[in-house]
Amino acid sequence: MEDASITRQATEEVRPPVTNIGALGWVRQNLFSNPFNSLLTLLVAYGLYRIVPAFIKWAFINAVWWSDSQACNQAGGACWSVVTRNLRFILFGFYPYDQQWRPVFSLGLLAAVVVYSSFRRNWHKRLFIVWAGGLALIGLIMHGGIFGLPSVETEKWSGISLTLLLSIFGVAAAYPFGVILALGRRSRLPAIKTLCVVYIELIRGVPLISMLFMASVMFPLFLPEGITVNKILRAQVAIIMFTAAYIAEVVRGGLQATPRGQYEAAESLGLNYYLKMRLIILPQALKTVIPPTVSILISAFKDTSLVVIIGLFDLLRTTHVTLSNPEWMGFSTEAYLFTASIYFVGCFVMSNFGRRLEKKLKT
Amino acid sequence: MFCHVKLRPPTRKEIKDLRGKEDHPREVAEKEKMTDQAPPTPDKVSTEPFIRIIELHKWFGEFHVLKGINLSVNKGERIVICGPSGSGKSTLIRCINRLEEHQRGRIIVDNIELTNDIKNIEKIRVEVGMVFQHFNLFPHLTILENLTLGPIWVRKLPRPEAEDLARYYLEKVHIAEQAKKYPGQLSGGQQQRVAIARSLCMKPKVMLFDEPTSSLDPEMVKEVLDVIIQLAKEGMTMLVVSHEMGFAKSVAHRVLFMDFGQVLEENTPQEFFSNPRHERSKLFLSQILR
Repeated sequence: MEDASITRQATEEVRPPVTNIGALGWVRQNLFSNPFNSLLTLLVAYGLYRIVPAFIKWAFINAVWWSDSQACNQAGGACWSVVTRNLRFILFGFYPYDQQWRPVFSLGLLAAVVVYSSFRRNWHKRLFIVWAGGLALIGLIMHGGIFGLPSVETEKWSGISLTLLLSIFGVAAAYPFGVILALGRRSRLPAIKTLCVVYIELIRGVPLISMLFMASVMFPLFLPEGITVNKILRAQVAIIMFTAAYIAEVVRGGLQATPRGQYEAAESLGLNYYLKMRLIILPQALKTVIPPTVSILISAFKDTSLVVIIGLFDLLRTTHVTLSNPEWMGFSTEAYLFTASIYFVGCFVMSNFGRRLEKKLKT
Repeated sequence: MFCHVKLRPPTRKEIKDLRGKEDHPREVAEKEKMTDQAPPTPDKVSTEPFIRIIELHKWFGEFHVLKGINLSVNKGERIVICGPSGSGKSTLIRCINRLEEHQRGRIIVDNIELTNDIKNIEKIRVEVGMVFQHFNLFPHLTILENLTLGPIWVRKLPRPEAEDLARYYLEKVHIAEQAKKYPGQLSGGQQQRVAIARSLCMKPKVMLFDEPTSSLDPEMVKEVLDVIIQLAKEGMTMLVVSHEMGFAKSVAHRVLFMDFGQVLEENTPQEFFSNPRHERSKLFLSQILR
């Protein structure tokens, strides 16, 4: 009898104490909890008061959106016309004006492939086929020469389509390559291990710019005469090789963080190396390292802007070219803000996806 | 340090010879005595050795962990291994499915000799189930997926069949209602029972238990031991590293006491716990039985 009363008492519901009630309580707890925090709150509020209204006035109220450059010079605010008037050049660069539906279509295709890959139920071997097929189709459409499409030299591929192609395919190819390198580095076979260590350390020891230089200047020297490898392809390979080395090290961290017991349990079931890695170790290791992996992918995305150094016209470069037109000189703030916001959207999408994935895989 | 002795697999005759050599009178007499005592239920101890360990040596770097272990385990036989920590008992049973590599001596499981040949190792691992001190369930898979993984990928069973098998064994360890949960949502005792079921799903011929109750809260020890005892009653061959005395008494045919990498005493559980022969085992028992 007594037992029952004890249990009843223990299970009686006790609500957590309420420490703050209403908006005032929230303000008090979060903004003015002590003198130092109160001071910080006031300082930040003052800063916002000085900056935000002025920015809104400049960017929206006094801004001109669709005018020519003359009107821009007279306006008191931002001149977004530099973007709107040159939008198609900034986005597609030297791609023939009347053919620019092709990069638009390619980007749509690229987006479709990315969205397809973001669903977990599509993570099969088929994914590799989808990516390879997507790449081939995009290449065909961009390059043309068949289906009655006029051929467009790769030198003319530029702007955002170049940036996204380089970064998305760079990242998509670097990730599996990096995982393989990480596994290789942990291999028990000395030859494979040494090869991977040398590769990773060598690549991580040089800046991306020098890799791009090598790809564009030195590499052709080693090729037999008459054989050339496309410049964009060379840059793409350099980006993939570079990113893979960094991913490999992050993934290796994940492999080492996975408890030994997991390896042993997998082995004691009789799983072979491939199944052990694929079913037990990699799913856990890759999940552990989602945050640093996303960081690497984000920086790889931004690093594609370094291809200007070998004369490719990516998004940043086409913006720069627009600004070197005497008519639009001096409006660099607006133009670069626009470019930056495109990069930001890309990075934000990636980091958001990473966060969502982490939550979904949490067990 | 790498003194691998390359050995060809033994022929049937050699195995027979070895068997003949080890069955000296005292052991045979003892075996008969054990069957006389008829401890736990149906005893199907055959005289056919399932595991043979011959002059086994192992070093961790310079440290000599196992110093010439000889052991043969018959089908249906249940052996409890005890001893102080660092005595090499875990290492010994981990050698049997090659989670540890031995450097000298031979291990023959189900007529297959453990060598560096990965195919042989995998074959043996399929036949040898292992339960770990820390359960080692796969945290990213549900309980059901933990159980079906081996049957599907190693035994190549179709999924529905594997799931039926998994449900059968989950029922057996009294945990069927947790099939859809993840290991992290279960208590230690439940996790360990799942781990036992996971091994059983592979239909192993022998089970190795590496301190299966050492990391459990006292309340949960019994539920796990009950499952193992149940398994023993069904005639499973097993090697258990454990200090649970009552358990050893109720299931074991033999108790091995190990220290300093050697088997110091080999005895029936009744004899071992009431009347240990070796000085070291007396000391050990006096310490755990306070």
